[in-house]
Amino acid sequence: MVESPIREPLVTGKKSYAQVTDDVLRPIVTAPGKEWWIAFLISATVMMIGLACMTYTLFVGIGTWGLNKTVGWAFDITNFVFWVGIGHAGTLISAILLLFRQGWRQSINRAAEAMTIFAVICAAIFPGLHMGRPWLAFWVLPLPNTHGPLWVNFNSPLLWDVFAISTYFSVSLIFWYTGLIPDLGLVRDKVTNPIQKKIYNILSFGWTGSARAWHRFEITSLVLAGLATPLVLSVHTIVSFDFATSVIPGWHTTIFPPYFVAGAIFSGFGMVLTLMIITREVLNLKDYITDGHMDAMCKVVIATGSMVGLAYTTEFFIAWYSGSIYERFAFINRALGPYWWAYWAMFTCNVFSPQIMWIKSIRSNMKAVFVISLFVNVGMWFERYVIIVTSLHRDYLPSSWQMYYPTWTEWGIMIGVFGIFFTLFLLFTRLLPVIAIAEVKSIMKVTSDEAKEKLTQSHASGELNINVAHSPDNQKF
Amino acid sequence: MNTKEIYGIYDDDHVLLDAVKTIKKKGFNIKEAFTPFPVHGLDYALGIKYSRLPYVAFGFGALGTLTAILMQYYMFVMDWPVNIGGKPHFALPSFIPITFELTVLFASFSIVGAFLASNGLYPGKQAKLIDPRQTSDRFVLVIEAANSQEDIENVKSLLKNTGAITIKEQEEEVQHA
Repeated sequence: MVESPIREPLVTGKKSYAQVTDDVLRPIVTAPGKEWWIAFLISATVMMIGLACMTYTLFVGIGTWGLNKTVGWAFDITNFVFWVGIGHAGTLISAILLLFRQGWRQSINRAAEAMTIFAVICAAIFPGLHMGRPWLAFWVLPLPNTHGPLWVNFNSPLLWDVFAISTYFSVSLIFWYTGLIPDLGLVRDKVTNPIQKKIYNILSFGWTGSARAWHRFEITSLVLAGLATPLVLSVHTIVSFDFATSVIPGWHTTIFPPYFVAGAIFSGFGMVLTLMIITREVLNLKDYITDGHMDAMCKVVIATGSMVGLAYTTEFFIAWYSGSIYERFAFINRALGPYWWAYWAMFTCNVFSPQIMWIKSIRSNMKAVFVISLFVNVGMWFERYVIIVTSLHRDYLPSSWQMYYPTWTEWGIMIGVFGIFFTLFLLFTRLLPVIAIAEVKSIMKVTSDEAKEKLTQSHASGELNINVAHSPDNQKF
Repeated sequence: MNTKEIYGIYDDDHVLLDAVKTIKKKGFNIKEAFTPFPVHGLDYALGIKYSRLPYVAFGFGALGTLTAILMQYYMFVMDWPVNIGGKPHFALPSFIPITFELTVLFASFSIVGAFLASNGLYPGKQAKLIDPRQTSDRFVLVIEAANSQEDIENVKSLLKNTGAITIKEQEEEVQHA
C-alpha cells in the first residue's frame, strides 16, 4: 500500500505503544474527577425520574399516557424507533466500515458499539412498557402454552421485530465483547488494585495474545462483521415494516425500508458526534479521535442527511403521483395541518442543518458540529413523531379525528431513558477502554505522524515506499 | 526433559516479523508468539494454517435457517393452521425475516463459542504471561531448543542478533495455552 502523504494520519502526536496503553487506560486507573461525578449524578437523577414514571405507569396502567382511540401509540413507539435508530451507527462503524477496511473506524468503534448496546437497551424499554403487563412479555415468544396450541403470529411484523431486536442486541453484545477481550487482558495486566485485577482477570477470559489466538480473533471479527452488516440493515427494515405493512395513509409506502435505514444511520452518527466531541475532550483523547475522524463522520452525516431529505421529498411526490386522495391528504396534513410545527422542525433539523457542513470551516469547528449534531438528534426524534402521530391523528373517519397530547408520565419516561443512556455511557468511560487499543496499535505503523514523516522523506528522495507491514506476501488475508 | 523453551522479547513488530523470518530460515522451531495486537503477516510468517472457524459459522448458520423454517412450518402449518382471509398457511415470504434473523443468531453465537473454545478462553482463566508487558508493548517469541548447552547458546545468540531486547530461559514446567 502506498500511503498518500497528503492523507491525515489517524493517530497524531508520535506515540509509542506504551503511551497508547497509558493514554487510553488513564480513566480506568485513575479516580474520576469532579466533572465526571457531576455528570454522573445529573444523569442518575434523571434516570431515577424515569424509573419513577415507569413504576407509576405499571401500577396505574397505560391510561396515565395521553393515548386515545385514534392515536393508539405515540411517544412509546417514537422513542423505540428513535433509540433503535441511534444504535445503527455503532454497528455501521464496527461492521460495515470493517468490511470496507476503513482505518479511521479503529479508534471510534468501541465507543460507538457501546452506544449501540445502550441504545438498544433504551429502545427495548418502550414496547415492554406499552405491553402494560411486562411480566407477560414471554407471550411474544413461540412457546408451547396453555391457551390451546396457539402460536405467535409469524405473519406479523411486530413479531419479526421481536426476533430482529433480540438478535440485534445479542449479536452486537457478543461482537463488542469479543473485541473487548484482548483489551481487557491489557487492563488486567495494567491495574494494580487487587480487586480491580481480580474482576478484569475474570472478564479477560485469560487472554495472552498468542499469534494463533490473534489469527482466530481476526477471522472471528471479520465473520461477525459480515453477519452484522446485513443484520443491521434488516433490523431497521423490519422496524419500518411495522408501519409499511399497515394500510394507514402515510405509512403504507414501499420507500420505508431504505428511508428508515438511512435515517437510522443519520441519527446514529448524530449521536456518535455528540458523544465523541465530549468524550475526546474530557478524556483527553484528541490524538486518537482526531479532527480527521470528526471530519469523516461529518461527511457521513451530510450524505445520510441528504438521503433522508430525498426520501421526504420522494414521499411527497408519490403521495401526489399515486392519485390516492387519502395519501395526498395525509401528506398535506403533515406539512400544513395542526402538526406543521413538528414537520418543519424535522425538515429544518434533518435536511437543512447538516447541509451547512459542506463548508470546511464549519465542519472543523467542534462547537458548530456539536450544535448541528444536537439538531440532528432532535430532528430525527421529530421524524418518528411526525410519521406516527400525524398519520394517525386524522384517519379515515373525520368524526374520530383527535389531537394527541403527551402527559407528564410520558415526558418523564422519555427524559428518564436519556438518563439511563448517559448513566450507562458514563460508567462505560470509566470501567472499560473507550478505544480499541489493540486495533489502534495495529494501524499505527501505517498511519501516524511518524509513519507520515518517513513517507514524506522517501517521497522527497524519489523512491517508492512500500510499507513493510503490507508486503505482497501478506496479501493473503 | 529433552527440550527447553527460550523466550526472546522484542519491542517492535517489524523487528519481530523480520526475526521470525530469519529464525525460520535457520530451521529453528518457533513454538508460539505473543503480541499485544494482531501483527499483520505474523500468522503467515509463522505458518499458521488458515482457521476453520468460518466453516463453523456456516454450518450453524445453515442449522439456524433450517430450525427457523421448520419451526414456523410446524407451528403455523401443521400444529395450528389459522385461516387468515383464506391466504395460504405456508406463507414463505413472511417467514423470511425470522429465518434470516435466526440464521445470523446461530452463526454468530457459534463462531464466538468456537473462537473461545479453540483458544481455551473462559471466564476466570488465569493467564500465564512470559513478560508482564506482552499485552501492552512487548512481543515474545517462544523457541524450542534441544536441552543442550550448545543448542541453547545458539538460539540465544540468534535471538540477540535478530534484535531481541531481553532473552529468558524456561525455568520450570510451563504450560502454554
